This record gives sequence, C-alpha cells and structure tokens, in this order.
Amino acid sequence: MKLTKLLTSAAVALGLATTAMADTTKVGFIYVGPVGDGGWTYEHNKGRLAVEEHFGDKVETTFVENVPEGADAERVITQMALQGADLIFTTSFGYMDPTINVAKKFPKVKFEHATGYKQADNVSVYSARFYEGRAVQGHIAGHMTKTNKIGYIASFPIPEVIRGINSAYIHAKKVNPDIEFSVIWAYTWFDPAKEADAAKALIEQGADVILQHTDSTAPQAAAQAAGNVITFGQASDMGEYAPFPRVSSIIDDWAPYYVARTQAVIDGTWESVSTWDGIGAGMVGIGEISDAVPADVKASALALKESLADGSYHAFTGPLNKQDGSAWLAEGETAADYGDNGLAGLNFYVEGITAEIPN
Amino acid sequence: MDLSAINPVLLIASLMVAATPLLLAAIGELVVERAGVLNLGVEGMMIIGAIAGFAIAVETTSPLLGLVAAMVAGAVLSLLFAFLTQFALANQVASGLALTLFGLGLSALMGQSYVGIKPPAMAKLDIPVLSDLPVIGPILFSHDPVLYIGIGLTAAVWWFLKKSRGGLILRAVGESHDAAHALGYNVIRVRVLAIMFGGACAGLGGAYISLIRVPQWTEGMTAGIGWIALALVVFASWKPWRVLLGAYLFGGINVLQLNLQAAGIAIPVEYLAMSPYLITILVLVIMSADKSGAPASLGRTFHASQ
Repeated sequence: MKLTKLLTSAAVALGLATTAMADTTKVGFIYVGPVGDGGWTYEHNKGRLAVEEHFGDKVETTFVENVPEGADAERVITQMALQGADLIFTTSFGYMDPTINVAKKFPKVKFEHATGYKQADNVSVYSARFYEGRAVQGHIAGHMTKTNKIGYIASFPIPEVIRGINSAYIHAKKVNPDIEFSVIWAYTWFDPAKEADAAKALIEQGADVILQHTDSTAPQAAAQAAGNVITFGQASDMGEYAPFPRVSSIIDDWAPYYVARTQAVIDGTWESVSTWDGIGAGMVGIGEISDAVPADVKASALALKESLADGSYHAFTGPLNKQDGSAWLAEGETAADYGDNGLAGLNFYVEGITAEIPN
Repeated sequence: MDLSAINPVLLIASLMVAATPLLLAAIGELVVERAGVLNLGVEGMMIIGAIAGFAIAVETTSPLLGLVAAMVAGAVLSLLFAFLTQFALANQVASGLALTLFGLGLSALMGQSYVGIKPPAMAKLDIPVLSDLPVIGPILFSHDPVLYIGIGLTAAVWWFLKKSRGGLILRAVGESHDAAHALGYNVIRVRVLAIMFGGACAGLGGAYISLIRVPQWTEGMTAGIGWIALALVVFASWKPWRVLLGAYLFGGINVLQLNLQAAGIAIPVEYLAMSPYLITILVLVIMSADKSGAPASLGRTFHASQ
C-alpha cells in the first residue's frame, strides 16, 4: 500500500515536472575547444549566455566542450538530441557530416551548423564573413611590417581559412607590393604549445606580423616575448594583449543570431536557412585599433571597414588571378558566394602567394 | 623555398624547449611503470601542475615557487591515484583515466580567474663568457633552469635505476611484486613513492608549459602531451636515455616541421605534420629490437594477502 502510494505520488510529481519542463525550450551547444580558450569557443559561449539572459527561465541551455571533430561528435550530438534538446548549435566546420547524420535521425529537432555548407530541412547553416575582417588586418599588416614578411598560422585547409589567407594577402599586397606570406598549417584549432611554437618559428624566420586562424592566445604571448612583432586577436578581442602586440582583432558576435534563432523555435517559425553575415550585419566586429598603429593607417583601415560594412566595396574585387595565373575575377567583378570558384567552396590561393594548399 | 631563413642555432635552442615538458612527464611515468604501476593520469597531473604553478607564480610573483607548487600539486593529485589503486585496489587503467578527467575539470575550475594574465618571467641562465659564445652559447648555456633539470633528472633516474640499491628494489617490485614482498620489501610504499615522483615530474612538465613555453594559462593547454609521454615510455622500452632521445626527436621534428613550413619547403604539409610521430616511433622501435620488455608486474594489483 505504502509503496504504491509512493509510486503514484512519484508518478504525479514526475508528470508535473514534465509539464513544467515542456514550457522551457532546450538549446544545446557543441564546442570544439574549452569555453576558456579566449577565442572561438569563448565567443560562442558568450552567445549562449546571451540567450540565457534574454529568455530567462523560458530557455534552458546546455553545452559540451572539447568535442573532437568526427565520429565522436556524432555520439555527443545524438546524446544531446536524446536528452530532449529542441535546438542544437554545432559550432565547428568538422561537425558538418555528423550534424547532417544526426539530423536525419531526429527530424523534429532543429540543428544549426556553423561555417559549413550542407543544409537539410532541419539543418540551417550560418557563418560570418570573417574574410572582411581579414581584409582590414591585411591592410594594417601591409602598412606596419618592416621586414615585409607576414606569418600566418592556419588551422585546417578548409574554405573558411583559405578565404582568410587570400583576403589578408590581397589587402596587404595592395598597400605594400613587397610583402611575402609564410603559412604554417597547425592542423589543430586549439593547441597552445603548438601555436606558440608555430609563432616562434615564423618570428625566427623574420616575420614581424603574425596572423592566426587558431583559437588560443598563445601566439600573442610569443609575439609579446619577441618584442617587435604585431598580432591580431582572432575570434575574440584578446584585448589583454593590447595595445601591443595585439593592434586590432576580429570579434565574432553570435549573440543576436542565437537569440533570433531561439526565438524562432519558441514561436514555431523556425525554417532551414543559410545565413552568412559580415561586418555590416554586426556578426563580424573589428576590435579597437590600438595606438600602436599610426593615425593615418588607422584612418584608412577604418575607411576600409566602413566600405565593407555598407557594401560599397567587396573584399574580393577583380582583377584577381588564381595562384596558377589563370583568371578568376575580371576588372571590377566581385566574387560570388556560391557556384564554381565561389567563396563558399574556395580552395585555391590568389596569384602571388607562393605556398601550396595541402590537400 | 628558402632554407636559409631557418637559423639552425635558434632551431636547436627552441627544439630543446619544445621537448622539455614531454621529457619531464615521460621520465616521471617511466619510474612509475618500472615500479609496476600504470598511471594513465599523466595528462591530468600535468594540467593540474600547469594551473597550480601558474597561479602560485602569479600570486607570489616568483616563478620558482610556482614550479615547486606545481610539483607539489602533481604529487598530491597522484596520491589520489595511489590511494585508489594501492589501498582500495581499484583498477589502474580506470583510475588513471579518471585522474585525467578529474585533473582537466579541476584545472578549468581553478584557472577561471587566471585567463589572460601574464606570469612573471623565468630568468634564463646567463653565465658570463659561456652564454656569449657563438653557436654553443645559445644552444647550451642560455636556457631556463628547468630545461637543465630535465636533462639532469634523466641522468639521475638512469643512475638510480641502474646503480643504486633503491633502484634495484624498485625494479624488483616492478618485475615481481610477490617476490619483492617475500624478500621483505614494502611493495605498497615503494609504489606510492614512485607514483608521487611521477606526479611531481608531470606537474613540473605542466608548469613548464604554462610558465615558460607558452607562457600563459589557457584551459586544456597541455593538449595531449601527457598521452604522448605515455606512448613515449613504451616506445623507449622503459629506458631513461631513450626517453630523452625520443622526447628530443619528437619535440625537435615538431619544431623543424613548423620551420620547414614557414620556409615554404616543397614537401606536402600532411607528411610534415605526421613526421614527428612517425620518425619518433620508427627510431625507437628499431632501437628496441633487443627485446627489452615491459616490467612483468606492470598494471597488476598487489595485495599482501594474495
């Protein structure tokens, strides 16, 4: 008797709990690095916190950090979907196929994959036009370098990274025809020791500007130790290294997008979309250009930023040739987002870069 | 391609720095395994050492105190493993993995207020005349003291295992704990001491990354070096000098491949990126053709009643 009573009340309590739960929307996040990386994942997590703050009790967020790209990601995403998430943001390029696979199994759950290009009925893709920020960095780098050697710590040979290298190169070359790019592929998004080693190798070989497409602040520390090298914050402001070596930064601002998409799920208006916003829409921010940059360079960099923001200038404007010398964009032509030679699948360097892209 | 851009002196100097955390962690684990204990928690002890050393160095502005604190922290964490495996007789593999997970989580928690802070700089060795010598000076006489400790430790461990009575006991415990027990040696005590030594070394290696090599605190910053140290001990056939060789090979080729990439050499990057693993394994496997095997009691639980 007692036991049955206990069980009944437990069942009632459980029922109450689940009805109460039904009102909250569950939003999950999959991170490639730790939330304390000070870069990429840190900014995604800021977006998550913004969602929590905006919706309060109506939304419950969860996250899993340090999820390896590949098969393990599929397991983690599946688990998150099984735990009742309504909306899941997978925040790295390498989660593309795992996200699509899991999405097939959970048609009612909405997925949002960052920086990829595979969409489905319940999978949106979103990315930011980081290359617009790279244009500003390249502009400053071309002006500031004294050795004319610019070092670039790249992560993986994917379109997003290649766009960044091209954009930085084009705009550095524009203001300083003598510059050379050295690219190191670290094959990691996050490994402070390796990033530091890569930065040191570049600096020892004469680079006095370090651009990074990896997520930790280790290259900033290496540049600071070297003393005469400038850097740019990646994904996050990395302002603790301002005003020198960090002279500016690209800041990803995901919060408005995350809030809007969560709202769409709550309202039941969520649809699969492809979002790709830049400086103009506020998804890419340019961190404060420090006083280490001469005033005229700062002014021209800000002008470049404005023209990118209002759309009067495109970071990939012809004439531009591919690395092998064949024509890519004619005079005045701007790069298309999709299609052959489109930015979304960009897999070649522009003319002038001497390195090769790993396959 | 511009090979002349690579300065061999700077290259050798920085490969020694890159190899040191790996060497420290591996030499500690070597002693642990020679005592017959498999501690998979190296990564966890390293990262705890990294944050503990960083925090103490920042608070006291003394990098030296930071390094000491890192060793203490690593040893204390390893005591947890020692308790689980030596007294509670828990499975060593599971306990070691748990130690790594615990260390990673705890370090992230401890480190929250230390993100973005710069640690006090460690003074480099500066011997008049010697440090100013061309070529030899920058390679041999102008590093931070920990780097020399790493090499000295390798020599000390070699001597201890090979020449001292204590080393003989430790090896006996690792080869056959029953026999060592029958001879009257306290197997548990020897193993706990070895585990603590391994913890202290791993902690020091971690602090080397956060205080000297990078230097800053970032969550998860050891990024798998502890696991490489574990593999290195096996490939080095549990021999100290081979661990040193392996660590320098691995660290060296890693730095070299980054330099080759920066110089734009025409070797596909994929091969360069895998070369440190490949070459280190290859060299050590060829060297271990003499069939020196693992300590016979490695990973086995000991209890005096059995």
